[in-house]
Amino acid sequence: MAVLIETRGLTRHFGGLRAVDGVDFALQPGEIHGLIGPNGAGKTTFVSLLSGRLPAQSGTILLGGEDITRLPAHARVRKGIAYTFQITSIFPRLTVFDNVALAVQSQGSAELAARTRAALARVGLQGLEEQEAQTLSYGHQRLLELAMGLALNPKLLILDEPTQGLAASEIEGFKTLVRSLVPQTTVLLIEHNMEVVMDLATRITVLTFGRVLATGTPAEVRANPAVQEAYLGA
Amino acid sequence: MTGGGVKVWVLHLTLIAALFAAQFLLSPYHATNLARIMVLAVFAMGYNLAFGYTGLLSLGHALLLAAGMYAAGLPAQLWGWTAGPAFIAGIAGGGLVAAALGLLALRTAGVSFMIVTLMFAQAGFLTLLYFAPITGGDDGFAVAAASRTLMGFDLSTDTPRFLAALTIFAIGLCASLALVRSPFGRTMVAMRENEERSRMLGMNPFTVKLAALTISGLYAGAAGAAYAILFGYVGASFATIQYSILPMLYVLLGGAGTTLGPFLGALLMFALIEAATGITTAHQFIVGAALVVLVLFAPKGILGTIRERWARWLS
Repeated sequence: MAVLIETRGLTRHFGGLRAVDGVDFALQPGEIHGLIGPNGAGKTTFVSLLSGRLPAQSGTILLGGEDITRLPAHARVRKGIAYTFQITSIFPRLTVFDNVALAVQSQGSAELAARTRAALARVGLQGLEEQEAQTLSYGHQRLLELAMGLALNPKLLILDEPTQGLAASEIEGFKTLVRSLVPQTTVLLIEHNMEVVMDLATRITVLTFGRVLATGTPAEVRANPAVQEAYLGA
Repeated sequence: MTGGGVKVWVLHLTLIAALFAAQFLLSPYHATNLARIMVLAVFAMGYNLAFGYTGLLSLGHALLLAAGMYAAGLPAQLWGWTAGPAFIAGIAGGGLVAAALGLLALRTAGVSFMIVTLMFAQAGFLTLLYFAPITGGDDGFAVAAASRTLMGFDLSTDTPRFLAALTIFAIGLCASLALVRSPFGRTMVAMRENEERSRMLGMNPFTVKLAALTISGLYAGAAGAAYAILFGYVGASFATIQYSILPMLYVLLGGAGTTLGPFLGALLMFALIEAATGITTAHQFIVGAALVVLVLFAPKGILGTIRERWARWLS
């Protein structure tokens, strides 16, 4: 199966800190891939390099074989890489509708209203269209963030700590939603909640100190002694 | 920004109709003032599209006003262009200078953007003084009567002048309402609200802001050209910092990010200065005090406050 996105020797240092240090990584189309690692392992830096929020210092990023290392973030979004923020980043003073419409209209403005409502319905925010986004509950803001990512119709959806701050009941709904996205969309999931990762991911990559420690199925990763020592602590 | 479409359009068209009626009710002196206010309001509408909607706080819009004024006034002066072509040249002049300014200044943001735009405007002002033999410098020049006619109408007389100002105002107002209610209007607001998020939704902030600034320049150019043609004077004083601050004050007073705010702000500020001039020579002090009160108690401006409290459907 052709690789969707691939990095070779991807590197980003901040002064003496090797946040991402020569990472080789590949995503198969249609998988849900978990990215885990201790705090400060370089997970968010790594996906920031993928999405173009940060420029790479060295190494290459290939999307469907095409070198996108030097493309600006907005151009990568148009090529199908969507990123949802770890710290919810919505347009707080715009309505829920406008928040999602901004994502929808980047795909063309035909039937904008209908497509926007459909994206909202998909995450269960229908009926809240006219509310100002900042008045939503935190959980709903996370869902709005997700709806904006989905509305971009991405090939690759990067979810950075999506369940952080969600209630247990909301997490169940979230898992169902993510499962419904594949295989049309490939999902790269940074997640601290081990239950969620082990349950959702088809494969998992473990980062420590900016390097790949292990890659494999949840069972393989769980059984890996190096991972247990470095991260799971069990 | 969604919903309330019909109500909003009715409100705007009612204002235009009321202004049309005003010429029959006002004395010629006040009608001329109102024509002046409408032209200044066009300038402020352009400022509002950049500042109020897109979040570009420029201190250099005098440059764009002057660009329109001279792009219309100089061909009239040098080659005897009539009002129509001169006006179009003025709009183009404002847009071109805004695009050039944007290409350079939009590499910065925030306070740096304010300073860079201010510097370019000062450079423009000094250039006008330097070429005083052509531009008239501080003294400026009067636009010849022959260049102030449009299709046989003498725009230096009260009724044609008022109607010309109203036409430009009405087109500018409707265009700005249509723009801010369009998908591109939503994109402009996205820049103001959260540029980083906008980038991650696939928008290129530079091109969006460049387009918004250029549209703003078209408005400033139209206002500058209209001022030259309708009031018959072109001068470097319109390129001074004062004319960069004025549209900001109008917009802040009326309500930044509201389509009617620029007109309301221009009207009230004009009236305030008129009233203050009658009481004291220190009228700038009264204007300043009014602004301090405004910023303290209604930072969203008049219409911004009304929209927030009572009329969320306002554009």
